[in-house]
Amino acid sequence: MSAVAGAGLGAAIGRSLWRRSGLVTFLLLLPPMLWLGVVYTGSLFALLAQSLFALDEFSGVILYEPTLSTWRQFLSEPSNLDIVLRTLVMAACVTIACAVVAFPIAYLMARYAQGRWKALLYVLVMLPLWSSYLVKVYAWKLILAKEGAITWIFGQMGLPWLLDGILAIPLIGGPSLSVSYLGMFLVFTYLWVPFMILPVEAALERVPRRLLEASGDLGAPPGMTFRKIILPLAFPGVVAGSIFTFSLTMGDYILPYVIGSSRLFIGQVVYLQQGTAGNVPLAAAFSVVPIVVMAIYLAVARRLGAFDAL
Amino acid sequence: MTEAVRFEEVVRSFGRVRALDGVSFSVADGEFFSMLGPSGSGKTTCLRLIAGFDRPTSGDVFIAGKRCADTPPWERDVNTVFQDYALFPHMTVVENVTYGLMVRGVDQRARLDKAEAMLASVALGGFGDRRPAALSGGQRQRVALARALVLEPRVLLLDEPLGALDLKLRQQMQGELKALQRRVGITFIYVTHDQGEALAMSDRIAVFSHGRIEQIGSPRDIYDRPRTSFVADFVGAANVLPGSVLGSRHPVAIRPERLRLGEGELQFDATVAARHFLGAGTRLEAQLADGTAIAALLAETDPERLPAEGAVIRLGADRASFLELAH
Repeated sequence: MSAVAGAGLGAAIGRSLWRRSGLVTFLLLLPPMLWLGVVYTGSLFALLAQSLFALDEFSGVILYEPTLSTWRQFLSEPSNLDIVLRTLVMAACVTIACAVVAFPIAYLMARYAQGRWKALLYVLVMLPLWSSYLVKVYAWKLILAKEGAITWIFGQMGLPWLLDGILAIPLIGGPSLSVSYLGMFLVFTYLWVPFMILPVEAALERVPRRLLEASGDLGAPPGMTFRKIILPLAFPGVVAGSIFTFSLTMGDYILPYVIGSSRLFIGQVVYLQQGTAGNVPLAAAFSVVPIVVMAIYLAVARRLGAFDAL
Repeated sequence: MTEAVRFEEVVRSFGRVRALDGVSFSVADGEFFSMLGPSGSGKTTCLRLIAGFDRPTSGDVFIAGKRCADTPPWERDVNTVFQDYALFPHMTVVENVTYGLMVRGVDQRARLDKAEAMLASVALGGFGDRRPAALSGGQRQRVALARALVLEPRVLLLDEPLGALDLKLRQQMQGELKALQRRVGITFIYVTHDQGEALAMSDRIAVFSHGRIEQIGSPRDIYDRPRTSFVADFVGAANVLPGSVLGSRHPVAIRPERLRLGEGELQFDATVAARHFLGAGTRLEAQLADGTAIAALLAETDPERLPAEGAVIRLGADRASFLELAH
């Protein structure tokens, strides 16, 4: 057998790249680095920098001079803090609900489903992601409406008093599910739960069966194995999923318009301020909030050891 | 003599495949019992049945005289050292070793004292705060051992625990394991595919092939009196020859190290096919007149004094060196 002597330009390029493997890495990384570094991070910082400018109240023109007056305006208005608090509580509740709903499904997918069943479960989890967000939200508005499917089901089961009782709870209730925080919470949870299932499933999949056997072998009944081995090892997956569910809820600006009482959420304010009101600096100040919250959240998660088992 | 483990006609099928095909044996208390066989011969399946990770399709498994088909792993007085150690990656060495004690509700002070003593006895004192990922293979292996032994089980199951270690460390650990077993007096059931390991450590060996036990006996029994050609060939190398050379109806085996050049009560002509220098000796591969391959292990290493390839030689041995096989 003779060595294949490469001829032509392609072979020459191949050889010279093989000798300079650093160059290949550089060329491969260049497009994503340009995208992430310049286009994405750059525009993000450009937006955030806007919060250091201010809108001239009188003329409605943005004054491009560094000032903290926008931040002063943001922090001095109690309703702004209400908006932030409301959004964070909703995001936290949705994240917890997603984790609780996702864990058993992810566990089933990772530990018990095999072959075709596993593929089917994947499709079922992802199926909602294939249809339009708007269609789903409006469909839920109808389902949750006073004349909608849920009211009808409670009626058929002879439990309309139960639904009325739930809606009568102050704060989370309302005239109907579609105009209450509870309805909003249900739809958020529905929308984002696949983003929790997938990372948790991946984390559970990586827990070797051997470790569960070892735990049982050392005398731990299944409940103990779950608490001491499975849960801690799957926790990074829950944290990864919660980053999705938390930030998606924090940034959403459409759902609060369609479902819920008309009280504002952060995403809506950003949308309103930079659009209708033309106050880009204030919109930028609001945009800083989710970023800071996520940074604190990740730091706390790291402290708690969520990433130790990665 | 009390009994630690007994198998009675145990069958374990996976679909149409019979991983265990009617296996019976018993292990005495305090014994070092090895299950030896090639991969897929059913030895690990046996271990999993004792640990309780798996249940027999038919037949009975007894631990300390009690049937245990319905006893889950966490209620069995048996602990396992896994092949890949299965240490908990999110816990420190001490947390790994105290896990079983914590599960049993032993208070923290006593837990730590026992773990410290156990870690010291496997030469890992002072390593308690490390994570398994920060340990070498040999150290992990000893943590796995300490984690299982600290519970003082009736039976310790070891699933190829030395398989992942390099040769020097493996030989050193063989000696340490054997000494440890003597010291603690716990029954060891040891799964391995390495015949040298099994011969060096065991009180008795069960040789597995295709889901059955070919032979059970002491290392000397297995090596010097193999009953079948499989055992003769798997435990140490052996040349299996037709019975006609001894005037027997059954095949016979001769160990390569027992063959000598031009000596012995029985001799045959052979043609040298290849010579392999092994360092401590030379392995000679040759062919008998009827084409049967035969190997001889000679102490001679000087190429000048060894027969050349293609040369016709006489290989021989005393009658007593030939092993008569059942089949």
